[in-house]
Amino acid sequence: MAGVRVLVGTRKGAFVMSADGTRTTWDIQGPFFEGWEIYHLKGSPVDPNRIYASMSSGWFGQIIQRSDDGGASWQPVGNGFTYAGVPGTHQWYDGTPHPWEFARVWHLEPSLSDPDRVLAGVEDAALFESVDAGANWSELAGLREHGSGPHWQPGAGGMCLHTIVVSPRDPQRIFVAISAAGAFRSDDAGRTWRPINRGLHSEGIPDEDAEVGHCVHRIALHPSNPDVLFMQKHWDVMRSNDAGESWFEISGNLPSDFGFVIDVHAHEPETIYVVPITSDSVHFPPEGKLRVYRSRTGGHEWEPLTRGLPQGHCYVDVLRDAMAVDRLEECGVYFGTTGGQVYASRDAGDSWEALARDLPAVLSVEVQTVA
Amino acid sequence: MIRVVLPAHLKTLINQHHEVHLEVAGPVTQRAVLDALESRYPVLRGTLRDPVTQRRRPFVRFFACETDLSHAAADDVLPDDVSSGAQPLYVVGAMAGG
Repeated sequence: MAGVRVLVGTRKGAFVMSADGTRTTWDIQGPFFEGWEIYHLKGSPVDPNRIYASMSSGWFGQIIQRSDDGGASWQPVGNGFTYAGVPGTHQWYDGTPHPWEFARVWHLEPSLSDPDRVLAGVEDAALFESVDAGANWSELAGLREHGSGPHWQPGAGGMCLHTIVVSPRDPQRIFVAISAAGAFRSDDAGRTWRPINRGLHSEGIPDEDAEVGHCVHRIALHPSNPDVLFMQKHWDVMRSNDAGESWFEISGNLPSDFGFVIDVHAHEPETIYVVPITSDSVHFPPEGKLRVYRSRTGGHEWEPLTRGLPQGHCYVDVLRDAMAVDRLEECGVYFGTTGGQVYASRDAGDSWEALARDLPAVLSVEVQTVA
Repeated sequence: MIRVVLPAHLKTLINQHHEVHLEVAGPVTQRAVLDALESRYPVLRGTLRDPVTQRRRPFVRFFACETDLSHAAADDVLPDDVSSGAQPLYVVGAMAGG
């Protein structure tokens, strides 16, 4: 019977949670890399035992770890993230030029076909690639060197490339998102890029047609229809039907359209999930009620999913990389909170249970469906 | 033999929970010790100093013989007691944050 492995990155270490296909009894291993911030872990789709992890600390910088046995053991690999050429400058918070400085890896995206190949999205925003299982990293500099680069500005969390989505239909096509520059697309495996932000409107950007400057929080797609993209922006839940050429709003009846996560049901391309957060200045759920909202219509119409989730005095946040789905017959949905809870649903969101309640603040959740 | 005491996180990273002992050829400077340390444990590259500029990371400090050497030049010779192995070079994660 297939099983599930949930990879949880937290402020103070990583955890690996495993269950068989019934998803009723969970084994929790960890913390791995205790005391380090684990921004992201993700497994290779073609070799689930191959998992990459990003661990960093304000003291000691960035380390990449790799497991070849499903997370049971780990070894540090390469951490040489050096920008190509002379990096130049982007805008600082006050609008002055600021040199590109590497801070950490936010997101690791293993190749859909080669377990030794993996992309890394970093702060300050850039995209790196390893073709030797993490030993060496080289920048795909066409993104940072896009003509708009000097105008990119950091969001509150830094100027991070936090989302990488590779089209399963055409692996040459890569989508990335940068806070607060926006979304970008490459159709040549990362060599050249262009912004895909038409239709995004952001308070504080007077030019409605601004090419960059949008604080995109997360992008998701369904593998069966990779031209349809769903986006949780700073404010606004957005959709594109043309691979990002244009966007339109699908926030509909959400109680707030501010949030971080967005994900798609494993088997229903028009079923999507978000977790509304009160506002950009109040990072907890509206009314202190933790509600996942599900749309079965590809947006516009949303239903709250509350069974098993705290419906009073809940003041946690759900960060951008902290939701994932499994691929079992009845789709499982998982998310982690800044309060250290990891919630799971075995029934596509109808009901929830906590797999853990007292972890450090959760930064990321990924799910592997394993044989 | 040069003795180096690393902070707990880095001891765990290199799976070495005691002092690190290094042989350093030539003048025993901060740079020479860190070069030898990174040569023995490549995973430490980037954890103590920037891999490109070689500048000390802001929250990493160096102490020896009850003296803060963090701001000493990388090519200054370390105290004799460090060169002789009588005293270790301490690498410390600065107290910062909560």
